[in-house]
Amino acid sequence: MSNAALLSVEDVAVDLPTARGNLRAVDRVDLALGAGKTLGIVGESGCGKTMLSRAILQLLPKKAKLTGRVMFDGQDLARCSAETLRKLRARSLAVVFQDPMTSLNPVLTVGTQLIETLQEHLELDALSARRRSVELLAAVGIPAPEQRLTQYPHQLSGGMRQRVAIAIALSCEPKLLIADEPTTALDVTIQAQILDLLAREQKRRQMAMILITHDLGVVAGRTDEVAVMYAGRVVERAPTQILFKQMHMPYTEALLAAIPKLDTAPHTPLPAISGRPPDPTRPLKGCSFAPRCRYAASRCEAEKPLLASAETASHQYACFHPIKLAAGVGA
Amino acid sequence: MMQQAATSPLLKVENLVVEYVVGNKIVHAVSDVSLGIARGETLGLVGESGCGKSTLGRAVLQLRAPVSGKVLFDGENLTAMQGEALRKMRRRVQLIFQDPIASLNPRRRIGDIVAEPLVIAGVKDAGERQDRVCKVLNAVGLDPALVMGRLPHEFSGGQCQRICIARALVLNPEFIVCDEPVSALDVSIRAQILNLLEEMKTRFGLTLLFIAHDLAVVKAVSDRVAVMYLGRLCEVGPSEQLFARPAHPYTALLIEAIPVPDPDVRPAEHVAVGEPPSPIAPPSGCRFRTRCPRGDQKCADEVPELRAVRPGQYAACHHPLI
Repeated sequence: MSNAALLSVEDVAVDLPTARGNLRAVDRVDLALGAGKTLGIVGESGCGKTMLSRAILQLLPKKAKLTGRVMFDGQDLARCSAETLRKLRARSLAVVFQDPMTSLNPVLTVGTQLIETLQEHLELDALSARRRSVELLAAVGIPAPEQRLTQYPHQLSGGMRQRVAIAIALSCEPKLLIADEPTTALDVTIQAQILDLLAREQKRRQMAMILITHDLGVVAGRTDEVAVMYAGRVVERAPTQILFKQMHMPYTEALLAAIPKLDTAPHTPLPAISGRPPDPTRPLKGCSFAPRCRYAASRCEAEKPLLASAETASHQYACFHPIKLAAGVGA
Repeated sequence: MMQQAATSPLLKVENLVVEYVVGNKIVHAVSDVSLGIARGETLGLVGESGCGKSTLGRAVLQLRAPVSGKVLFDGENLTAMQGEALRKMRRRVQLIFQDPIASLNPRRRIGDIVAEPLVIAGVKDAGERQDRVCKVLNAVGLDPALVMGRLPHEFSGGQCQRICIARALVLNPEFIVCDEPVSALDVSIRAQILNLLEEMKTRFGLTLLFIAHDLAVVKAVSDRVAVMYLGRLCEVGPSEQLFARPAHPYTALLIEAIPVPDPDVRPAEHVAVGEPPSPIAPPSGCRFRTRCPRGDQKCADEVPELRAVRPGQYAACHHPLI
């Protein structure tokens, strides 16, 4: 599968110069995603998940320094010209951001934004671009699509705006869609609708998708594989089923335990993770999670654990004291 | 659990109506809401954004004047109070907001921020103020010696929320309205703050109105839960019972929409249809009927009253799920 990967992120690191010194936002991440597959990237704010997605899209802040390779469809994006990137981002690589109000242009109507995209990138004439826009809006579940074309983003609700943003992202039939916290700004009932919509379109179009979120609940039923990030690194990576059933990384376990569940009785104290993530400008010598980890030993503070394979090569974790590791399994 | 208090709730809201005027239109933010909170109880208030839950929280504290209805706190009608009497009463009630960083003045030191309520309440002795600030900072898990001289930007979101909680507690209030206190925080920090609120509640004998949109968060801390939709109460009941056996279709829908962190639980296929209508022109009859799988003509014609469906559980629905 990996030889046919649509996207492969190889040893990618992102460094940001700040007033307090160098900030390593993404620390040597390796990921691969096959065509038509869904990868969830989970982590708390500041863990580098958004920076990683920006590194993939080559939309990093100007001062940021990227090392490593981002191979997409046979090309190294980090070495592509601005023009090639523009074309790729238009046709094959699409993105949906958290806040649809800031990703849509407030002074252009929905129609203008959609029709323009289609005319520019698919070279459709005005009439067919318009027809296609109506189809797209209908496909993402917007009622009365003809009328919506004449409306401005501020006239739509948050959920509708996100649907429009998804329609624009899907308009050129991308091979890869990156959805960066697409539902965090939305209500639960709308969140469920948007996640269903993304899953449906992803299947229908055989599109690969990266779903970035802080909510393990969002990735559980909707991804093929999950990567958990902490302090810039991928600390555990596994097929979704295996990650939730046989997690090895204490951080994954703690993150899952800290979520309030509907089936626990009221007033049950939550197993909170003590402390907070380390200062990214002051990297720790050992495991970044060690100061908050209940399994941490002296080795964890002295040495950084590398991502190593568990029972299968598709399950990797970075921990010296993994949870529930069955006897006899090491390599 | 709280039978003794059932006779005289600490807070009682009666037929409260709050409206905003926007241009020449009226936003029906809270329409005819009645509820009671017993002393020592936590009432969770859930609903989607724009359902009026924050407005209700503010109207309870008289930060927003209601159009009609009453708010009784410990037997006294807050809506009829003004000036000094209201200010005195407000010392017994406090508010914690969603965005902890935005609710702290960025140019003041933590010691002064937490002492401010004491200054307003007229505690003249600086030594006493210092004492009480230290005590309350310790209680929320912050070291007064390290914290008091620093500015809000030096703290993370979770720590800022601890400071906000300390500020709310410094006057020893009886009742606190928590308006989405953890929704701006990360998962790992959220659990810390929820545990802290629970601990403070027991330690200081507080009564809480806990407003949130996340049902699982609400369930974790609440004795009873009230569900709001478009300005009206849909359902009220004991947490466990309400989540196990929701009677109002809207409650059921909210529960179904929560993403479950378990890959074996397939996401519900046909969750909520559409979006909430505008509170400027809410639907006639039952306001939820436009999204309800059970909506019919009766729902359009008649506003459903809150009726007992099970002991302690009330639903405003013509076709409850029982």
